[in-house]
Amino acid sequence: MSIEPRHLRRRRGRFVARAAGVAVAAIGAAAVAARADDAPETTARGGAVAGEVLAAERQRIDVIARAARTALAIFAGEAGGGSGVLISADGYALTNFHVVQPAGVAMKCGLSDGSVEDAVLVGLDPTGDVALVKVVGRDELPFAELADSDEVEVGDFCFAAGNPFLLATDLRPSISAGIVSGVHRYQFPAGTILEYADCIQVDAAINPGNSGGGLFDARGRLIGVNGRASFEKRGRVNVGVGYAISANQLRNFLGFLKGGRLVDHATLGATVGSDADGRVVVSDILESSDAWRRGLRYDDEIVAVAGRAVRTVNALKNVLGTLPAGWRVPLVFRRAGRPQQIIVRLAALHRPAELARIVAAQDQEQKPGPPQDPEKNPEPAADQPTPPLPEKVRNLHEARPGFTNHHFNLLERERVAERIAMSAPWAAVEGAWVVRGRLGTGAPFRIVLSAERGLIDLPTGTTEVDATGELDADPGPPGSGGLLAALLLWRRLLVEGPARLGRTSYWGTQPRDPRSLGDAATTELVDVLEASASAVEARFAMGPDGVVIGIELWPAPDVDPCDVRFEPHPGRPSGMPGVIEVRHGDRLFGTFHVEEITFEPAASGPPGGAS
Amino acid sequence: MNDGLRRGLASVVRFLVPAACVWCGLGWPAEAVTPGETIAAAARKVVKVYGAGGIRGLEAYQSGVLVAPDGQVVTVASTVLDADDIDCVLDDGRRFRATLRGIDPRRELAVLKLDGEDLPAFVLDESPPLDVGSRVFALSNLFGVAVGDERVSAQHGVIAALVPLAARRGAYEAPFRGDVYVLDCTTNNPGSPGGALIDRQGRLVGLLGKELRSSASGVWLNYAIPVAELARAHRDIMAGEAMAPPPADAAAAMIDPLVLGLVLVPDLLDKTPPFVESTLPDSAAARAGLLPDDLVVAVNGLAVSSRSAVRQALAVVAEGDPVRVTVIRGGAIVDCDLGARPAGVRR
Repeated sequence: MSIEPRHLRRRRGRFVARAAGVAVAAIGAAAVAARADDAPETTARGGAVAGEVLAAERQRIDVIARAARTALAIFAGEAGGGSGVLISADGYALTNFHVVQPAGVAMKCGLSDGSVEDAVLVGLDPTGDVALVKVVGRDELPFAELADSDEVEVGDFCFAAGNPFLLATDLRPSISAGIVSGVHRYQFPAGTILEYADCIQVDAAINPGNSGGGLFDARGRLIGVNGRASFEKRGRVNVGVGYAISANQLRNFLGFLKGGRLVDHATLGATVGSDADGRVVVSDILESSDAWRRGLRYDDEIVAVAGRAVRTVNALKNVLGTLPAGWRVPLVFRRAGRPQQIIVRLAALHRPAELARIVAAQDQEQKPGPPQDPEKNPEPAADQPTPPLPEKVRNLHEARPGFTNHHFNLLERERVAERIAMSAPWAAVEGAWVVRGRLGTGAPFRIVLSAERGLIDLPTGTTEVDATGELDADPGPPGSGGLLAALLLWRRLLVEGPARLGRTSYWGTQPRDPRSLGDAATTELVDVLEASASAVEARFAMGPDGVVIGIELWPAPDVDPCDVRFEPHPGRPSGMPGVIEVRHGDRLFGTFHVEEITFEPAASGPPGGAS
Repeated sequence: MNDGLRRGLASVVRFLVPAACVWCGLGWPAEAVTPGETIAAAARKVVKVYGAGGIRGLEAYQSGVLVAPDGQVVTVASTVLDADDIDCVLDDGRRFRATLRGIDPRRELAVLKLDGEDLPAFVLDESPPLDVGSRVFALSNLFGVAVGDERVSAQHGVIAALVPLAARRGAYEAPFRGDVYVLDCTTNNPGSPGGALIDRQGRLVGLLGKELRSSASGVWLNYAIPVAELARAHRDIMAGEAMAPPPADAAAAMIDPLVLGLVLVPDLLDKTPPFVESTLPDSAAARAGLLPDDLVVAVNGLAVSSRSAVRQALAVVAEGDPVRVTVIRGGAIVDCDLGARPAGVRR
């Protein structure tokens, strides 16, 4: 579009003065009415104004320079590459699944200081298009802090730091700035993966190559990871419509990713639709789902999930898309006008094998190799020689089904094990633990836990089990869902450590209290260990100090677990519970007020004794 | 201030301004009303419009702006409105069935009416245009990403030019020849047409135009129609609405264009295109500059597609009211004012 010279001449003078006036009004240096054709002359003359403009600009430059240092240029060989953003000093960095996918396990990363380092793939979330990588051999890297992305508002300043069009040959990232155009956006998945739920929409230029790079707010905090843009008929260049995965979603999945997992997203186990009045109602529900067991039924109106109001089907997809499979979330539904709240455990969106297949399929799709003769090579993927991993990375990777990189799961398990060991030095006692106290009803109870056996003495009867072998069924007490097994595993974890529990892995993180969900500022995520032996499966939640705060034990798949929660006692050593609350399904099995814990020396004959 | 100092300062300001005007706008500390609040308030007056389309690259959605509390919506005239059911969804998720009040074919604008009351609405004033360099926000339902109660998308930009849409004749084919804002902001996206261009105070300053692509370069043009033009279109359309509809016996009421000295091609088909055959010497048509082979497309802003439609349209012009005939001549739209309608001979 040409501008007629006449226009240009006539307007240039006013443009300059006017624009200065607007700039001044914007930084609030003077009470200038921004409309106005009146102010520019005076503001253009004021020498002090330029100083403030420069100061504001200086501040922005500093913020951007700081954020730019956290940017990574990721090289995925001939398949391309993209961007990443460092989130820890020891080199953990977030990026997109679709960026690292062609690279496989090992890749080269360019840092903004001009160095090129090896990096290893740690965790993948194919559904959310997220990957966690670790830059190898550096431990003092600049990194970005995840902000609370629910505080981001439309109109906020934001900027992206990344590697658009792979231009960063000097490894210094390109910066593009803009405003937040929309929040809580939903972008449909491509197939069953790459769903962008609850994402942040920006008009900062997001181009191919920006994928995986950080989106920052005016203070340089990481509010998201850029990964998608609307193009359609405009070709694959920015049209002012980019999308970033929100920091809050990233935070929810980060524990799982650090644990080297192949992470899955969540489903309610129910489908919903809008009825004639625009309400979101359950249109179908699996009877094997936790939602069904908690009481959700056909035609129930969903009002809120995980602390977020649900007024449209999109809103529900938005909430669910940010949550990992296995989390428990509050759900408010309305039936016959009466609202009810339940806590629902979310199921996995894919079967593990399905997820692995998706990753593998994408792998082939994105790695066009020489044409294969199907007669000779019925399974080309298996026959393709895998290039040897770089030396630095070789010892940092271990393949295992269900994991992206099992090596990192062992690291996380070890980290948690150390904390557990430090949290309860008293627990190194090898003899029997005898726990005495009173139930909420006032009746006395006695629990005996040792390496050989477990016993729970309740007014309703005594339950006893041999603890020397693997626990392969629910030993009771009846109605508890497996309390005795849970407590025996708890003792074994504290005495012998995670490695001796059976197949033990680092599970990820979950909210300490599901009811706090919806407010990232108060939602505390705690580490969870997973242990399985025979059919029994257990998850242990640990506080930041390593104290076990809860156990969930499933004596069989697809049933309600025994839910044990430990409350501390101010007068006792850390990790020694004051109250043990036991739930099964919707029922409170019992509240155990612990009055005394005694330790009997090992091998001193049968501890305790039937009463 | 002496001239030398003034020039010196001006050059400093000129140097600072490109950075300052872009960046300060984005840093926004210490403003009484934050851009977020301005956008939130203005977005309540933008509606998502759903109608015909969804095939062959034609979207079934666009945007519109509320201009009266009783639910008058100004949007672009497009194929989306070519539907029996046009729906408008407000910022709060309320869905309204809309009726098409009228179309201004020259400006390619349309007015819809929702059955609402006390709705938030922009003021349509004929304020002077913003200067080049002014910072603006564009609010629209681009790519249809906002549904239900989700807020339309906000983009930021600068007015890059105020120029006639036809400044590059032939490069951008559009019937509107008036001045438009060219924006330094990628607003020309699917679903954006009809969206609001607002200033930093949240006032409506323009309407995002239809998708427009240069036939020469393939570049999509980001532009908006200034609010004064919207106000005129709105007034014209609403006035057309106020006019008496053609009587049942339309033929009886038809007025021959001949009374204005306008000779159209012979009416041979059901829908003979109203080409000008000739003008009578010294007639209103001749004085207005109508030429043979002009194609009449509108009479007083009312679209006409056939000879009989021209006669019908003239019939609803009251005696003594001005007559304006809009024609296409060599690819351009030309308005011809024929003066007051004479007491005509009716046939």
